[in-house]
Amino acid sequence: MALEEIRVLSPTAILGYGFPLASFEAGLERDPHVIAVDAGSTDPGPFYLGSGQSFTQRSAVKRDLHYLVAAALERNIPLIIGTAGGSGAMAHVDWNLSIVEEVLRELGRTASIAVIYSDIERDLAVEKLKKGEIQPLGPVDQLTEEDIRASANLVAQMGLEPIMAALEAGAEIILAGRAYDPTVFAALPILKGFDTGLALHMGKILECAAIAATPGSGSDCLFGTLGRDSFVLEAPNPARQCTKLSIAAHTLYEKSNPYILPGPGGSLDLTETVFEELAGGKVRVSGTKYVPTEQYFVKLEGASLVGYRTVSIAGVRDPIMIEQIDSVIAGVKERVADNFQELKDYHLHVHCYGKNGVMGELEPTPVPGHELGLVIEAVGPSQEIADTICSFARSTLLHYGYPGRKSTAGNLAFLYSPSDLSAGAVYRFNVHHLMQVDNPNSLFKMELGRSGL
Amino acid sequence: MRYVKDVALVVRSKNAGPYELTLDLMFPDENTYDEVRGSITKERIAELYKIDVSQVLSIVHFAPAHAVKITLVRPRPSGDLGETDVYGAQQHAPLFDLTY
Repeated sequence: MALEEIRVLSPTAILGYGFPLASFEAGLERDPHVIAVDAGSTDPGPFYLGSGQSFTQRSAVKRDLHYLVAAALERNIPLIIGTAGGSGAMAHVDWNLSIVEEVLRELGRTASIAVIYSDIERDLAVEKLKKGEIQPLGPVDQLTEEDIRASANLVAQMGLEPIMAALEAGAEIILAGRAYDPTVFAALPILKGFDTGLALHMGKILECAAIAATPGSGSDCLFGTLGRDSFVLEAPNPARQCTKLSIAAHTLYEKSNPYILPGPGGSLDLTETVFEELAGGKVRVSGTKYVPTEQYFVKLEGASLVGYRTVSIAGVRDPIMIEQIDSVIAGVKERVADNFQELKDYHLHVHCYGKNGVMGELEPTPVPGHELGLVIEAVGPSQEIADTICSFARSTLLHYGYPGRKSTAGNLAFLYSPSDLSAGAVYRFNVHHLMQVDNPNSLFKMELGRSGL
Repeated sequence: MRYVKDVALVVRSKNAGPYELTLDLMFPDENTYDEVRGSITKERIAELYKIDVSQVLSIVHFAPAHAVKITLVRPRPSGDLGETDVYGAQQHAPLFDLTY
């Protein structure tokens, strides 16, 4: 018999951000058909995709997984994790898998695990580029073969299909590489015949868990119940409510157009969506449509190594120096360039907090306050070069003689000794494009196995 | 002339992906939303941020949240050399000078 409704528990906004146990248990009492969680974000910047490291900590991820794995196996419902390891490349997914395996051993359980990789072979991407099947996504330059080859990690964002295939294969735990956020929540409902537009829209909201409730939180649960023509959201924690405004407002979050939300293979159309507040802190949503695109596109994401960074933090309180801070910094940069003429391939920047440290060139009123916080930042092709440039810029600035100078003992108040911090590898996003694919499954390699004990 | 900040519930900024910066203004009710939204134009935003109007990608009115969403080209992709705000969460302050 067909299900009348399907229930989805989202425990937390990002795997590793945590959740109160009482909320999780209240969510389980509502008898979910699936537990799903998003583990990724591009917000923390390009370092994590490029380096293969997670922006969440292993012990925090393990804490969450302990409860999620135990509850899913106990209830015989699938646990689906999207954008495993934070960015979804192979190193991230394998890291996340090792934590799941450790949790299974500790629980004394075994489980069938599907791992879906989203790494894209460079040769395939180059071939697609040559065929004209890759285009920029937003205000981005055209992709080049050089960009593709330079990316330290290159992933494609999977749609629903690979996750549905893993469910059909009988996986109890699914670890997906880079995945469109709503898919982990929507795959089971769509497999059971529920409406794609409503399932994806519900996933889009569940993805950030209790951030969509009020008061909002990134570390608490949200529960979705999808019926045939609408879905209802509620926060299992009685201290939080879903309101029409909190849910509608969340639809705006981190996206440029709230009416049309593009994803792999199609867009969500919210022009006729109705948000309706129900008693008991619940909100019903209806009217959202899924509009498939003629060609299936997936988003490609890549990050490449830029170099290595060293920073030095210092304050300035002298009013005569603050008045001419721009020309002082320009003078220091000239001295550094003159002293290291053979080192052209470095980046030296001095951030001026108290003037335009937060907004940089977007700052409409770059007027310095009575004190400035400076961050001297050097990036070079090796850590040694970055250390050298930062150190030299710091000592030059410390003793720089500007016009009218009275404080001849030193220009900077250092926060620390040592004053310079080697910050390691620096990456940049270098691929943010759409790639046309013939088969939404074939790009994403699934491995199914039994793990634990 | 009144300040938008005095009637807005939410004034915020955030990345919309690594290449765009999105600004949200949310109002407490439909009346305020209707009263204010007409005066938020690409030209006014460009003026406030001292950027070229072509850098203001879109202004979208979203009635269900009584919200106006403004999207700008990021000065650089998130985390590129020279970055000052990786998440883009503190780029909203110029909106406090917006009037209607």
